[in-house]
Amino acid sequence: MKLTEDMLVIKNQELAPGIYELVLRGENVRLMKEAGQFVNVQLEGKGFILRRPFSICEINSPEKEFKIIFRVQGEGTEHLAGIEAGERLNIFGPLGKGFPESALAEGETALLIGGGIGTPPLYELARRLHDRGNRVITVLGFQDRDGVFYEEEFSRYSEVHIATMDGSYGYKGNVLELIEDLGLDFDILYACGPMAMLKAIQEAYGKDKRGYISLEERMACGIGACYGCVCDKEGDSPYQKRVCKEGPVFGLNEVSI
Amino acid sequence: MIDLRIDLPGLKLKNPVIPASGCFGFGEEFAELYDLNQLGAITIKAATLEPRIGNPTPRIAETYGGILNAIGLQNPGVEVIIKEKLPWLEQFDLPVIANVAGDTVDEYVEVSRRLAGSEVIKALELNISCPNVQKGGMAFGTDPDTAAELTAEVKKAAGKPVYVKLSPNVTDIVKIARAVEEAGADGLSMINTLLGMRLDLRSGKTVLANGTGGLSGPAIKPVAIRMIYQVYREVNLPIIGMGGIQDARDVLEFLYAGASAVGIGTANFINPYVCPEIIRDLPGVLAEHGFNSIQEAIGYAHR
Ligand SMILES: Cc1cc2nc3c(=O)[nH]c(=O)nc-3n(C[C@H](O)[C@H](O)[C@H](O)COP(=O)(O)OP(=O)(O)OC[C@H]3O[C@@H](n4cnc5c(N)ncnc54)[C@H](O)[C@@H]3O)c2cc1C
Ligand SMILES: Cc1cc2nc3c(=O)[nH]c(=O)nc-3n(C[C@H](O)[C@H](O)[C@H](O)COP(=O)(O)O)c2cc1C
Ligand code: FES
Repeated sequence: MKLTEDMLVIKNQELAPGIYELVLRGENVRLMKEAGQFVNVQLEGKGFILRRPFSICEINSPEKEFKIIFRVQGEGTEHLAGIEAGERLNIFGPLGKGFPESALAEGETALLIGGGIGTPPLYELARRLHDRGNRVITVLGFQDRDGVFYEEEFSRYSEVHIATMDGSYGYKGNVLELIEDLGLDFDILYACGPMAMLKAIQEAYGKDKRGYISLEERMACGIGACYGCVCDKEGDSPYQKRVCKEGPVFGLNEVSI
Repeated sequence: MIDLRIDLPGLKLKNPVIPASGCFGFGEEFAELYDLNQLGAITIKAATLEPRIGNPTPRIAETYGGILNAIGLQNPGVEVIIKEKLPWLEQFDLPVIANVAGDTVDEYVEVSRRLAGSEVIKALELNISCPNVQKGGMAFGTDPDTAAELTAEVKKAAGKPVYVKLSPNVTDIVKIARAVEEAGADGLSMINTLLGMRLDLRSGKTVLANGTGGLSGPAIKPVAIRMIYQVYREVNLPIIGMGGIQDARDVLEFLYAGASAVGIGTANFINPYVCPEIIRDLPGVLAEHGFNSIQEAIGYAHR
């Protein structure tokens, strides 16, 4: 079975300024196994060559639908923002390794930490961990009030706390300060967001907590063949791990950032 | 029946479609997508004597109609490749071309000698055209005398057919091609990537951590066609042509220019199934243009 498919765009709608929610339907949705895996989206026209990687945000198996949430960042995502329901997009995936749910034992509490556009893959994860019967706490950080999205959605499956850098919504400060302030207790953490946030999380919790983080890197093939997307493995010679293949989700201390 | 077969030194190909070096790893990842036995051959990632860690990231940037890469020849070293990668390739009915790189003539010779000792390796491809390393690489491919010396030394030691992969970053590619022909090369691969650069408008810095990178993809196709066309007229070696091929029509254009087989690189990133799709479409495209075999189309532009 082919891992590329022309999927039907069911909806593409702006959630917050420059942030879009894109729902696609296709047979390959049934191959999507883990939260945190990603797809590679092909863009037609404008001389685009490389596919754009996006995390899977929600999987709706019965409807054969899945969702990504993306931020307009450059020409490719600008083009994607203009795609309308009824059009088709060629999707390659699912790719990569996602967040291991089984790392969380019965009765344990999971802390999900999302920074900005790193939030989407945590949504499918929150739903799954909640369905397993675990307690889930979500802490999301954004620049300002305008950038906040998915608070209500996350609250279906978890206890949600929001921080904004300018304090225009929720707590004023970053996610780590908020976690500290609330004195949140947890057994395992799952995080996705900017590199600086992930690095700070490693420093704060790397010694005494279990956890998983999701990385981003510029990609070409998306399947491990080109060595474009490498990152450093802790205690090994540099560039040994491929974000697209061994990742994008890694153990909290598995990679050096 | 359209005949897609083609025989080249060391390579009995069922069809002329060969994934290009560095774009296909050692085949493992693509084997999860389709049966590699469909391919004409495969060219594996460049091998050096010692493991190479490669360049810092970002290693990839996009540009209109192409990409820039600066991987920096990351590879686990020839010994690991022989012990861990090549045995896996034995399960396929597939000629394997080993891409060889190095800092010195001695390194090329030693890596070639070791790889040629492996049963699955049917030919060597000397990468004297990598623009992404400080030493060696392209430096060997831009001077005719150096290229010739390297070719002759490897030929002496290897005992398997040697294809020399030419750099387009030269003023006269025919000169280099002639020099390696005289030095005993069995074939040519062309072209490698063109040296390029992109700047980030916000930071004012280069997008690639390495600064420069190699340009590949559809943007370089006319350069590849021109160079193959020129070399075909002057040199009597079979050419594996590559540079921006995306579909079976592009393949036909390369055959017309003088290529006997083709390498597919960047297109694998756009459509991971592109190689089997080109193989599927090629008979139709040949028939449409009145050809019954690959052989008939080779060098057609020169008749
Ligand atoms: C595994 C993974 C998951 C991701 N998930 C999401 C998501 O859920 N939502 C979201 O909004 N974004 C996500 N991103 C980032 C997203 O891929 C980039 O924002 C997007 O590729 C930018 O494309 P562009 O053409 O608009 O930007 P440009 O800057 O014009 O892109 C130029 C080139 O750089 C690449 N690029 C630029 N920024 C990034 C980046 N941050 N990471 C990787 N490649 C980049 C592009 O793919 C393209 O090849 C993810 C990235 C990775 C690697
Ligand atoms: C990511 C990447 C890695 C490459 N690595 C190698 C390499 O290791 N050795 C080599 O001879 N050529 C290498 N090349 C060059 C290709 O084999 C090919 O010559 C070139 O990309 C032109 O073909 P294309 O336009 O079809 O990609 C690489 C190209 C890319 C894009
Ligand atoms: S993108 Fe090619 S190895 Fe990860």
